[in-house]
Amino acid sequence: MAKVPVQFTLNGSEKAEFIDSGTTLLHALRDKIGDTSPKGGCHQGTCGACSVIIDGELRLSCLTLVETCNGAVISTTSGLSEAGVLHPLQRAFLDTFATQCGFCTPGMIMAAKVLLDHTPNPSRDEVIEALSGNICRCTGYEPIIQAVLTAARSNSQNAA
Amino acid sequence: MAIRRGRGVAAINYPTGMNLGGDPTQALVHSTPTGNFMVTLSSVDLGQGMKQIMAQICAETIGVPTDRVVVDTADTDTGPHCMGTFASRGTHRAGNAVIQAAREARQVMLEVAAEELEVNASDLETDGQGNILVKGAPQKSISIFDVALSAHFKRGRSISGRGMFLIPRSYPEKETGAMKPSTCYAHACTVAEVEVDDETGEVTVLTVKNVFEIGRALNPKMVEQQLVGGSWMGISHALYETTEPYYPNRDHGGTDFNQYLMPGPGDLAETEIIVLERPSADGPYGAKGPGEMCANPQIPAVANAVFDAVGVRIDTLPITPERILRALKAQAAN
Ligand code: FES
Ligand code: FES
Repeated sequence: MAKVPVQFTLNGSEKAEFIDSGTTLLHALRDKIGDTSPKGGCHQGTCGACSVIIDGELRLSCLTLVETCNGAVISTTSGLSEAGVLHPLQRAFLDTFATQCGFCTPGMIMAAKVLLDHTPNPSRDEVIEALSGNICRCTGYEPIIQAVLTAARSNSQNAA
Repeated sequence: MAIRRGRGVAAINYPTGMNLGGDPTQALVHSTPTGNFMVTLSSVDLGQGMKQIMAQICAETIGVPTDRVVVDTADTDTGPHCMGTFASRGTHRAGNAVIQAAREARQVMLEVAAEELEVNASDLETDGQGNILVKGAPQKSISIFDVALSAHFKRGRSISGRGMFLIPRSYPEKETGAMKPSTCYAHACTVAEVEVDDETGEVTVLTVKNVFEIGRALNPKMVEQQLVGGSWMGISHALYETTEPYYPNRDHGGTDFNQYLMPGPGDLAETEIIVLERPSADGPYGAKGPGEMCANPQIPAVANAVFDAVGVRIDTLPITPERILRALKAQAAN
């Protein structure tokens, strides 16, 4: 298969790769670039585990062809912490015990981040809506909802 | 046609571990040259938090802070034998094995310390902070760091221990069939409140109130996390999950997990969890296995609540709208 050149920004650093045409972004991130924070749960757009942020929007990397990402700015959960300090969402997921096996966690955090970027003080219903594309087998969701609400509160306290 | 409310209750006993060919787990513990401790296991952490619990158990037994313990569950090919993480057995079986291994390692550690301090090992105690003190004369002490260095470089000793925990297989008595399939039971009771739409057959779980008796909660927050997830999972089993909705007929079975129904974050029942701690006699520091038990009582509680609401007994899972409507139809026909 023909290789295509792809260039994008991943968590602030430039990436340039020759990648097989038709490769999904999920596959490129995990197996070519080595960022394994997006998880492959279903590979068909139903579980949300592969969620990443592309140009500010929540996207499913399993349904995104990498060649459509030329010039894009992509963020994944592995780029969230700064100088070893966890992002408020990561901190909140730990503090509220919102992760067990952790497979859904990076996707949940990406979904929550996009929510909080647009809606810093979401209602419980807005959190539920934002997470509704992400499946979790372990937690029963309530701790995840609490994590997002907790992160929103700590963000607004820090801003105040 | 109306929305009808019902309330159901159910209580369960749940065994910890299994009774097939005997149920062993083994563990190894050793110190690094700097006095950290490694626990080697083949038991796998699937997200329940086994590594954290084993670190706590090892630390408690040896007398060091939990962050001085590293748990390696890397490889079932090369690690000590474990039957696996299932049957709610991990904490109980592996925990007991870790206690035994850690005790043996602690004994060597105290012997080395005794040689360094020129006292009897039986006169020593740990302070839980990484030091070994002479009982009654705490100014005479040595750090575990220095003990490990001494063991490794001076005394040529390995601060290590082996742990084996085996629940032997129980056979039924020929005459009576009586047997002891498990040595340790967790318990739970759930009250569920539901609404049933008798026109559509749809069930909404409004509240689930659970009481779980789980032995001693070695890590209360992690126990709560398991129980909250388990309670949700129980409702999911009761109302949604199946791979073969018309078993043994395969028709309409999902072909992929994207056709496997589970309640999402918008479908949560108001959930209450109460933990009762009744330390078990043979559990590590009194622990039992709450893992699977916690997803069970919701199922009969929901079935009973449906009966209370609309008067039909659904005895096949999941309790789908179709099953309820068929049962209501049969009830009306009688
Ligand atoms: S892997 Fe992309 S949605 Fe499941
Ligand atoms: S923590 Fe296991 S899937 Fe969410």
